[in-house]
Amino acid sequence: MKVNRKHLPWVKAVFHLFALAPIIYLFLLVFADQAGGDPVQFIIHYTGIGALNTLLLTLLISPAAKKFKMSWLMQTRRLVGLYVFAYATLHVASYFSFDLLFEWSLLGEEVIKRPYILVGAVAYLILFALSVTSFKKVMAKMGHNWQKLHNWVYFAVILISIHFYWSVKSEIIEPSIYIFIGLLLVGLRFKKLTSKKAR
Amino acid sequence: MTNKRVFIKGILNKATWNTSDNEVTPEAVFKSRRQIIKTLGLGAVGASLSTNVNAGLIDLFGDSKPAEKFTIKPLDFSENQAFKISEQLTPETKVTSHNNFYEFGTSKSNPIENAQGLKVEPWTLTIDGEVDHPITLNYDDLYKIVALEERTYRLRCVEAWSMVIPWVGFSLADLIKKAAPNSKARYVAFETLYDPEQMPGQRNRFVGGGINYPYVEGLTLAEAMNDLSFLAVGLYGKTLPPQNGAPIRLVVPWKYGFKSIKSVVKIRLTDKKPPTSWNLLASHEYGFYANVNPNVDHPRWSQASERRIGAGGLFSAKRIPTLPFNGYGEQVANLYKGLDLRKNF
Repeated sequence: MKVNRKHLPWVKAVFHLFALAPIIYLFLLVFADQAGGDPVQFIIHYTGIGALNTLLLTLLISPAAKKFKMSWLMQTRRLVGLYVFAYATLHVASYFSFDLLFEWSLLGEEVIKRPYILVGAVAYLILFALSVTSFKKVMAKMGHNWQKLHNWVYFAVILISIHFYWSVKSEIIEPSIYIFIGLLLVGLRFKKLTSKKAR
Repeated sequence: MTNKRVFIKGILNKATWNTSDNEVTPEAVFKSRRQIIKTLGLGAVGASLSTNVNAGLIDLFGDSKPAEKFTIKPLDFSENQAFKISEQLTPETKVTSHNNFYEFGTSKSNPIENAQGLKVEPWTLTIDGEVDHPITLNYDDLYKIVALEERTYRLRCVEAWSMVIPWVGFSLADLIKKAAPNSKARYVAFETLYDPEQMPGQRNRFVGGGINYPYVEGLTLAEAMNDLSFLAVGLYGKTLPPQNGAPIRLVVPWKYGFKSIKSVVKIRLTDKKPPTSWNLLASHEYGFYANVNPNVDHPRWSQASERRIGAGGLFSAKRIPTLPFNGYGEQVANLYKGLDLRKNF
């Protein structure tokens, strides 16, 4: 597929639609009372897995662009990456508002006492740092430090997979698949990450 | 747990690790789209089409066969005033649509979607083991072996949500007494129906959350003989729906919800402590006793407080402090004298 500069806005629009559709679908589910007797756990889970899926997608962009020689794909990476942050924010916000009902002390206690929440919180802070530095101006200012910082995304995907694995009661098959995919996507960059240039 | 893959749909389905479309979108979600379309009034569009086209349209949304409907019937019972509480009841629709019943799937909405075809007639419940008079109950016996009464209990899930439910049933002790336990009886073991044909979670580890089925639970004989221990055959004045454990289930309100085993087929009195499903799966997280205890946290959920599922919508939930033994300490604390409840969690 050949995508030139003129097509890019359209491509991006399609990406926006794909990223927004599940959120709209979630709203419809909740308002149509189709998210179960207690939608709280449903919403938290839905947005959490949405964040993880989007993150895996982000990490797929550069290998896919290389493999299929679609350099335009790289232009969509920031867009998709920001949706990771959007989904993660919805996830954290729904946990804090619907489940903890805005109890700050409980949030603090839970983050400290529960390793899986701590791991998720650290991952969220990484995503936050990546998002606020995603603007071109900041990128230019940061120089090569920008890449250094953004390499933390590989750490985040591992943390988030572990967060998922730890958060479930007994069903380990699906989280295991996610950990495997996460490791695979990081593994693709193993050379780049261990070479001197990256540091 | 399966709901999470909704997001992948349409985006990742060309990736190599994904198998097929229908595996990506859980059937439940797929079906519920139809409900949304109905709710949004788009059903009218479908209805205006000719029958043939309409059938095709319904096919598209995943339920060409008529939905199986489980029949619930009204019950005859008396109210037991001793077990009435003043707390606001959780609405019936929430009690019957937010369930942990991994035999039908691990997400909360799976049981109501997947259990409606469960056959409960005929049903056999046996009470045997260390007893002088083993008993076999058939379906009809469940409702008349002991006079039915209604009791309102709090139900506290280990996941830190709770409900208030009016159960109909009878005291477990009454049934055990009829079987006449012998001097060797010290524990009571329970077993859920094992029927992989009817229970998708028992056919497939992915659906069933990796539990070894049949689901088993247990109590000490003293716990089982406590006045609170209850065998429920109904809720809200009617027979139990399958997602809530039809036709008969245990209710032990001072313990976490998973102790209250559903769709019971066997009650066996034993001299040894029986295995229990969640304890077998993760013994460091789930002990044999599983008494509600705000001072002993689960690795993933603080047990100090709980979210009460009440009458209102998303924003009206309440967090309330959790009480030792779920507030039933007066009736049961004496059962654990001399036992370190931090170790025996």
